[in-house]
Amino acid sequence: MSGVLAVLRKELTVYFATPIFYLMGFFFLLVEGFLFFFIYFNYFQTASFQVAQNPQFASMLDPFQVVFRSFFEDLGFIFLLITPILTMRLLAEEKRAGTAELLFTYPLPDWAVILGKFLAAFVVFVTLLILTVVYPLIFAFLTRMDWGQVASGYVGVFLLGGACLALGLFASSLTANQIIAAISAFALLLLFWLIGAQQEVGSAVGSFLGVISLREHLPNLAKGVVDTKDLIFYLCFTFFFLFLTKRQLESRRWRA
Amino acid sequence: MIAVQDLTKYYGQNPAISRLSFEVAKGEIVGFLGPNGAGKTTTLKILAGFLPPTSGKAYINGHDCVTESLAVRRSLGYLPETAPLYTELTVSQFLRFTARAKGVDSKDEQTEVDRVIEACLLREVRNKLISSLSKGFRQRVGLAQALVHKSPLLILDEPTIGLDPAQIVEIRQLIKDLSGDYTVILSTHILPEVSQLCQRVIIINRGQIVASDTPENLSRQLGHGSRLKIEIKGPIPEITAALKGISGVKEVVSQGEARFLVETTSDLELRPEIARQVVARGWDLLELQVQEFTLEEVFLNLVTEEEA
Repeated sequence: MSGVLAVLRKELTVYFATPIFYLMGFFFLLVEGFLFFFIYFNYFQTASFQVAQNPQFASMLDPFQVVFRSFFEDLGFIFLLITPILTMRLLAEEKRAGTAELLFTYPLPDWAVILGKFLAAFVVFVTLLILTVVYPLIFAFLTRMDWGQVASGYVGVFLLGGACLALGLFASSLTANQIIAAISAFALLLLFWLIGAQQEVGSAVGSFLGVISLREHLPNLAKGVVDTKDLIFYLCFTFFFLFLTKRQLESRRWRA
Repeated sequence: MIAVQDLTKYYGQNPAISRLSFEVAKGEIVGFLGPNGAGKTTTLKILAGFLPPTSGKAYINGHDCVTESLAVRRSLGYLPETAPLYTELTVSQFLRFTARAKGVDSKDEQTEVDRVIEACLLREVRNKLISSLSKGFRQRVGLAQALVHKSPLLILDEPTIGLDPAQIVEIRQLIKDLSGDYTVILSTHILPEVSQLCQRVIIINRGQIVASDTPENLSRQLGHGSRLKIEIKGPIPEITAALKGISGVKEVVSQGEARFLVETTSDLELRPEIARQVVARGWDLLELQVQEFTLEEVFLNLVTEEEA
């Protein structure tokens, strides 16, 4: 456990010492701010206005739910784009710089290295996620809040982010080149995001692809429906890629 | 402490080392000597548990370097070739990470980091980013991280490379001071370093051990006999002839003025006989000294013999 903490602290020091986090944080907040004030906020105003004019609408349309559903779904998609950049360095750079030779000759079990690095990326991701709490807080001044939906949406994005980071870490373990790590992580994530579109075909394969799609499990959580199926899917996805990463690191020992 | 049996490592089709066997006792400082590409680094990487061997076994403290890697790594301080470091961290941040990774108690962390910073003369740069340090400082940071946690076995791959002469002397002294408490195995291609530091030398070439002994023994044995440096005042041709006449003398080389270099065939002690002859003929004997073969000569000898 102390090994996990050692790696975690080192990785966090590197994250917060290099400009990548601040740069990413800046652009992330810029995009989120734009979406919020020009899209969601506008939509909420228009929708609220219509609901107020035609009371029969109110039973069909809950502006708050619609706004926050897109808020969390879009947030999930933005993190899909961002996480490969957070994880690309983690193992690839160790290999490129040769520090892998230090890291893997310290008495650290492989899982401690993987968990330490994963948690470090996760802490950075959660830091960005927490910054977005200002938007629901702003809304709290305007309308009656459904805090349950907000919490459920955050749980969804939180778990989705973990899954994306695990996949990114795995991609980073495959190469010594950060760019290749980022591109392959991004491509795989996009694949897992879009794969669910097959569902409309209706075949057994289609519905299976829907089940393993990263996207299909977010809408429920985003609109406030907490289904254990979705939670377990994200956790399994995360665990599976951390496991693959461990296998990949181990292969160094037997690939003589 | 270290036992290596028939260690072999292939990179693709090419053997980097083949059937290497040697042992290192506790407290020994052993030098690994060889030309570039001889397999020194490969052997050290295997010992450190970073690379798996193709075949053969390596044990450290009775633990197998492959199957009990974690146990091996607990007793190990390793300085890889070219000293890779986390350049985004400062020296003390990096050493603190090393201390934590090696399982130093959190309450001893600071003292341990301070100890290695003092030992490796890093006080003035402790709060600098490693990326801003010169090669010499980086090398010392690399050495410092190997020393953290007083690991009983140190594996140092080219520890003095890139240092200036004053630093080399300091680092050598540091390594020398470690003997006794630590077992040290270091690789180098700088020969004087080996004769100064190591109790034993293992010379490897093309992945195989060509010699393993103390630096003194190597110089003596592998020179096949010994050499005498003599200075005699007198007529050079006659002296040469007289020296050649002594049984056991293989070759006499006149080095101008009154100096002669005499090679003898065996370990026969010829000095009394030479002294007697010189005095009997009325010449003046100014100097008579046994000259050992330098490690350079031994090394070149062995390596070229191998290749012949």
